[in-house]
Amino acid sequence: MYGNDFTAPDEGSREPAEDRLAEFERLLETEGRVEPRDVMPDGYRKTLIRQIAQHAHSEIIGMQPEGNWISRAPSLRRKAILMAKVQDEAGHGLYLYAAAETLGADRGELLDMLHSGRQKYSSIFNYPTLTWADMGAIGWLVDGAAIVNQVPLCRCSYGPYARAMVRVCKEESFHQRQGFEILHTLSHGTEAQKAMAQDAVDRWWWPSLMMFGPTDDASPNSAQSMAWGIKRFSNDELRQRFVDMTVPQAEVLGLTLPDPDLRWNEERGSYDFGEIDFTELFEVIKGNGPCNKQRLAHRVRAHEDGAWVREAADAYAAKQARRTSEVA
Amino acid sequence: MAVTGPDNSALVGYVLSLGDDSLVAAQRLAEWIAASPQLEEDVAVGNIALDLLGQARSLLTYAGSLEDPPRTEDDLAYFRDERDFRSVHLVERANGDFGVTMARLLFLSSYHYELYARLQRSADETLAAIAAKAVKEVDYHRDHATMWVLRLGDGTELSHARMQAAVDAEWPYVEELFGNEHLDPALVESGVAVDPAELRGPWREYVAGVLAEATLTLPDVPPAVTGGRRGVHDEQMGYLLAEMQHLARSHPGATW
Ligand SMILES: [Fe+2]
Ligand SMILES: [Fe+2]
Repeated sequence: MYGNDFTAPDEGSREPAEDRLAEFERLLETEGRVEPRDVMPDGYRKTLIRQIAQHAHSEIIGMQPEGNWISRAPSLRRKAILMAKVQDEAGHGLYLYAAAETLGADRGELLDMLHSGRQKYSSIFNYPTLTWADMGAIGWLVDGAAIVNQVPLCRCSYGPYARAMVRVCKEESFHQRQGFEILHTLSHGTEAQKAMAQDAVDRWWWPSLMMFGPTDDASPNSAQSMAWGIKRFSNDELRQRFVDMTVPQAEVLGLTLPDPDLRWNEERGSYDFGEIDFTELFEVIKGNGPCNKQRLAHRVRAHEDGAWVREAADAYAAKQARRTSEVA
Repeated sequence: MAVTGPDNSALVGYVLSLGDDSLVAAQRLAEWIAASPQLEEDVAVGNIALDLLGQARSLLTYAGSLEDPPRTEDDLAYFRDERDFRSVHLVERANGDFGVTMARLLFLSSYHYELYARLQRSADETLAAIAAKAVKEVDYHRDHATMWVLRLGDGTELSHARMQAAVDAEWPYVEELFGNEHLDPALVESGVAVDPAELRGPWREYVAGVLAEATLTLPDVPPAVTGGRRGVHDEQMGYLLAEMQHLARSHPGATW
């Protein structure tokens, strides 16, 4: 889920011979990078394809909740920043689909899996963006949580994914700063603006914590992904890191995080926080979130409406190729 | 700047007409982000919309700075009413299919290219600088639109029919780009403004070449009755502005 996969891996089918996997094991042990031509276990390949695809899908579905405010951005400067951000997310989608293709996947097929619901995207994007302050809260909290999830992926054992994440993380940290800046301006603005900012943080805080997935005791796939060097830290470790990073920033913003149990724990050197109610997350994953149907329908409609355009581009390219070969 | 004495209104009106075209075109184009036929196009359309928005911001900022009291780009974008906008109907009408958007973009960017190529030699230094930057951007817009008009025109039977229909539907709105009734002749004489009528010939030559290569027919239809430069817009303009301006107007005086 947006760099933190937590659905069950498919069982592998055709494993390469054991002696050929020795090189793979050696790479993992020495923290080397697995490259597309290297021999790798089938389960590793499948897990990566699914995780990278899910990540790519999240980038492109994530364009919608923010794209929702481009036309209404309250200043031309903010409009330009938001447009550039949504465009960055399309770019992230492109890098990630390209990384999945190095493993033998096909972008068209992965998109079909998204459109038919066989592959998921991050549930965070199934919440609605109701006010301008949501652009701030998403940047600050959602991009912020994505960074915490994704920075360790820059050291992922699979080279193309790791390298894509380096580029993505750089841009996500811009997004996070921009989100913070939107909220900072609002929380230092008029009473109405400050209330708008607080309301957005109230709505996005808990869903952001859920972006790290279920608690470790309820997260069955992590061990294998850790052994493969795809995952480096547990869900709970990453979540704690996010909370510890975010609480002091909330203080700078002068906004309250909606958790009465949130307090500094001197002994642990970390913030304690309240129990997460995952019932809602699982409902949203099942498809019952506020925007699941809308997000997918929008994606499918864009894809179907664009079919004649893509077909024309293919037909034109084929004609051009024929013309070139006739000339030659 | 010789022409701008105590009364700058002619220059302000000219700069606003340029800025409003770009602002409104950016607003419409941005509707395609996350809705285009493929991911690469989301990026490309986003780039073009960002360029147009950037041009609009420079132009509106300049127009506002010439007024007394001065107004900011946001004052002009968010707090002017529909009748005070100077954009043409080509850019403001609601979007159709992707072919319609590419027809509009071809027509607009070819006009922009001819315009900014000349305006970079404007006697007004600010306009010249804005144009010098913009001409590189609109050159790319024109290439992009040209590629798509070729692909769609000379693609499949269906895309050919749709692209021809798009060109036919947009053609009547082209002539308004070359109208000069709104323009004070003194601005042209002093070398500050480019006479839009001068752009018609080179524009037509380029566009006719693209359409021919795309196996499309040059439409032979009369121009639509328009009045954007006088603030008489299409009905869809009101909805565009309502959406764009609502939030800013709900919080007058607020900073974002
Ligand atoms: Fe992203
Ligand atoms: Fe982002």
